[in-house]
Amino acid sequence: MATPPTETRRDLDSAATSHRGDRIFNRGITVAAFTALLVLAGIAIFLGVAAVEAITTQGWSFLFTTEWKVDQGDEPVAGIWGMLYGSVLLSVIGLVIAVPVSLLLSVFIVFLAPRRLGRVMTNVIDLMAAIPSIILGLWAFYLLSPPAEQWQFLLNKYLGWIPIFQNDSGNFNGTPFIAGFVLAIMMIPIITSVSREVLGRTPPELINAAEALGCSLWTMLRHVALPYGRGGIVGGIMLGLGRALGETIAIFFVLKLVYDINWYKIIESEGGSVATLIVATFGEVSGPYELNLLLAAGFFLFVGTLAVNVIANLIVQKTGRSER
Amino acid sequence: MSTAEYESTAEYEGDVTVLEEQFMEQKSVGPIELESQDVSVWFGQRKVLEGVNIAFPKNTVTALIGPSGCGKSTYIRTLNRLHELIPGAALAGSVLYEGKDIYDTDIDPVHIRLQIGMVFQKPNPFPSMTIRGNVLSGLKLSGLKRDQHDDIVEETLTSAGLWNEVKDRLDSAAGELSGGQQQRLVIARALAVQPHVLLMDEPCSALDPTSTLKIEETIRELSKDITIVIVTHNMQQAVRVSDYTAFFLAAENEPGYVIEQGPTTDIFGSPRDQRTLDYVNGRFG
Repeated sequence: MATPPTETRRDLDSAATSHRGDRIFNRGITVAAFTALLVLAGIAIFLGVAAVEAITTQGWSFLFTTEWKVDQGDEPVAGIWGMLYGSVLLSVIGLVIAVPVSLLLSVFIVFLAPRRLGRVMTNVIDLMAAIPSIILGLWAFYLLSPPAEQWQFLLNKYLGWIPIFQNDSGNFNGTPFIAGFVLAIMMIPIITSVSREVLGRTPPELINAAEALGCSLWTMLRHVALPYGRGGIVGGIMLGLGRALGETIAIFFVLKLVYDINWYKIIESEGGSVATLIVATFGEVSGPYELNLLLAAGFFLFVGTLAVNVIANLIVQKTGRSER
Repeated sequence: MSTAEYESTAEYEGDVTVLEEQFMEQKSVGPIELESQDVSVWFGQRKVLEGVNIAFPKNTVTALIGPSGCGKSTYIRTLNRLHELIPGAALAGSVLYEGKDIYDTDIDPVHIRLQIGMVFQKPNPFPSMTIRGNVLSGLKLSGLKRDQHDDIVEETLTSAGLWNEVKDRLDSAAGELSGGQQQRLVIARALAVQPHVLLMDEPCSALDPTSTLKIEETIRELSKDITIVIVTHNMQQAVRVSDYTAFFLAAENEPGYVIEQGPTTDIFGSPRDQRTLDYVNGRFG
């Protein structure tokens, strides 16, 4: 039996990128990709350090109390619970308004509108996403708030027996409802654009099948298009929510910031939001210690939005898989 | 529609008399379940079908054959009002189902689509539903009430020739079935709403030969109780499954029309038109 010749293994991986241009291009991309991660890590560390200091000096009550007395007395007390809760409450109000509107809009564009009208509406709605939030804030302050106070007055008058429509002060200005409404206007373009995209990809053969079984548009949507696009639509909602949680300046214009917790009275003139706390306090900080507390608040807002995005991804992946 | 009207509206065909003869011959074979009279079809400004007259006798299989792009699929979609769902669609003439024009203003298209079911080229079960769910989906989606769901599932899957293969896994996802099984599942789904007519648009073109034979057996079996119209590109299939055949043809950029129709044995054995002879012998198309 002849001995086989010795094998010489050659590494082909490197051969594939031996072209010089490719090599430079690949390295460039790799560096760019890691830069993004580095920036994210940098922000997290910068804010995290502040958070650690805040927690060590204030204890966990920083997260679970609602007082903010930093420049008075010897013992500064700070807690952001009311602001964290406020951010969530405003976002929920925004979602309650934005989700149905966005879904109806995208269904109209995809299934009902004549093609040209659909295209115009798509462009206009996408443009809405490009409005700077300071413009929206000014608009909401000067144009939305006055009529919205009337709406809230009527809500309170006729539906005041429902706890969320209680108002004891008689002041309907700067309420979570108005702030949530502004957030909804910011979320609508995002959610609409994602759901329109997803609904438009409903396989035509499934729509055919539903039509051939005598479906109305409504039953087709309910049993075919919406289940098919559920993952994507939830993802779009979460993207909108991500924007809402971090929104700062537009809310600063229309929300009356109160360092207290407003659990449910959405048309009462008091509210909170972490981002707004930061922007409202930043200009008049009493010293480095308070500045540090604000950075710490920013850290928890950052963690919150990251968590929303992670959850969104999980939901999208999970529903996406069960559809296949 | 009277014979006189028929003559007056069909005069743009060169061989009206032959067509009419065939048409009348067919009418004499038994009760007509479904019938199209002078159906012309447009997409926007483009006319794609011209004066189609075909009668479908009750409980028979009619094959629609012809080269691609001659309007067969479009035609079949006019028979249960699916055509009108395409933007810019228009139609002239009438489609009589059990003697009544399905395009009359007082007719509910949903009702028509439930009576005249449809099976498409590509198997299209609902992927998020189970096998059982798919069979019953027609009832659910149309809001039709029928009791004894388990019996319906067994009955229709048996008629579609799929029961033995899936009876132990009715609650698994429809997407796990093979293409041929999915197509038979779709047939079962169409049968669950108890249609009188089943339209099939190239139901086997995406399937392997074994699955194709199974579907053909199913078609023969079903035709004892319902009327079937099938579009096919497969000449052998037309011979194997159909009682009647209509041959469609379209010149380039011209609307399609029926060249010849009659009992399948005549169309394939002794066609009267040279173009039919050429087509069924595979000389073009």
